[in-house]
Amino acid sequence: MSDGKQVGIVLVSHSAEVAASVAELAKGLAGGEVSVPVAAAGGTEGGGLGTSSELIAAAAAAVDRGAGVAVLTDLGSAVLTVKALLAEGDELPDNTRLVDAPFVEGAVAAVVTAATGADLAAVEAAAAEAYTYRKV
Amino acid sequence: MLDADFFRRWMTATAASVDREAERLTALDSPIGDADHGSNLQRGFRAVAATLEKEAPDTPGAVLTLAGRQLISTVGGASGPLYGTLLRRTGKALGDAGAVSEAEFAQALRAGVDAVMTLGGAAPGDKTMIDALVPAVDALDEGGFTAARTAAEEGALATTPLQARKGRASYLGERSIGHQDPGATSSALLVAALAEADGE
Repeated sequence: MSDGKQVGIVLVSHSAEVAASVAELAKGLAGGEVSVPVAAAGGTEGGGLGTSSELIAAAAAAVDRGAGVAVLTDLGSAVLTVKALLAEGDELPDNTRLVDAPFVEGAVAAVVTAATGADLAAVEAAAAEAYTYRKV
Repeated sequence: MLDADFFRRWMTATAASVDREAERLTALDSPIGDADHGSNLQRGFRAVAATLEKEAPDTPGAVLTLAGRQLISTVGGASGPLYGTLLRRTGKALGDAGAVSEAEFAQALRAGVDAVMTLGGAAPGDKTMIDALVPAVDALDEGGFTAARTAAEEGALATTPLQARKGRASYLGERSIGHQDPGATSSALLVAALAEADGE
């Protein structure tokens, strides 16, 4: 679909551990050989619980291969910070999108889909579709 | 006319006021939030004051855009992107004029408040900062900075009987009733600082 460039995935959580672990989980479930660029942006720069626009911007820049960047978030300030950066600023790479998806399930779906070389719209759709899977 | 100095004074006065009231803001945030509103905003507005001192932007729009960007990057909680968007959008709406009229500022601030509503999805009555900001902008149009201050303070007090419908407090449902909203309270401080910057 694209010219071999993969969509980058950024995982934003209030907690550095949650973001890093979900990144690891998603890459692990997508298969050991996955080359999809995935970056975690968890917690504040000081290591506390919260959201850091600097960590988000750095993560997005790190995974940008020119095919777009899909950002998944947990809740509250993580959502609002990404939205504020997208709406007002120039801190994020062109073609960065906040994906409306459940954090863990969406991350797995996004990484698996990005690994196939799918474009940003397909990655976004796969992550969003994770909402439709009911557990009960 | 309001020049860059006025807007710097506004931000400095806000930083001083948030410093004075940080404990009260955090106390209000304890029963219905995560008890960090005062310290988060204090860190943010201190950084704003320091940045403005250092970079000394020379138009009203540049002062507010820089302040907003600083808040987004230093607050670490939801109030960062919300207040950051308020100031950044207001600053953008002011363009690059060297000075603006009160009416132009009121119009720009309304654009900023609209952007906050879009970002957070809150409407008046949801027990948020919007409940102080919307009445303040309405009053600013008609009665200037002191009228805006009164309207914002009344708006913040009026959040007490409301049930929160946005943010973390909304998880508490009916238990959020009876507490004054910390975001509306800090918004009233921001608006009150306008009158202070204007020498009223």
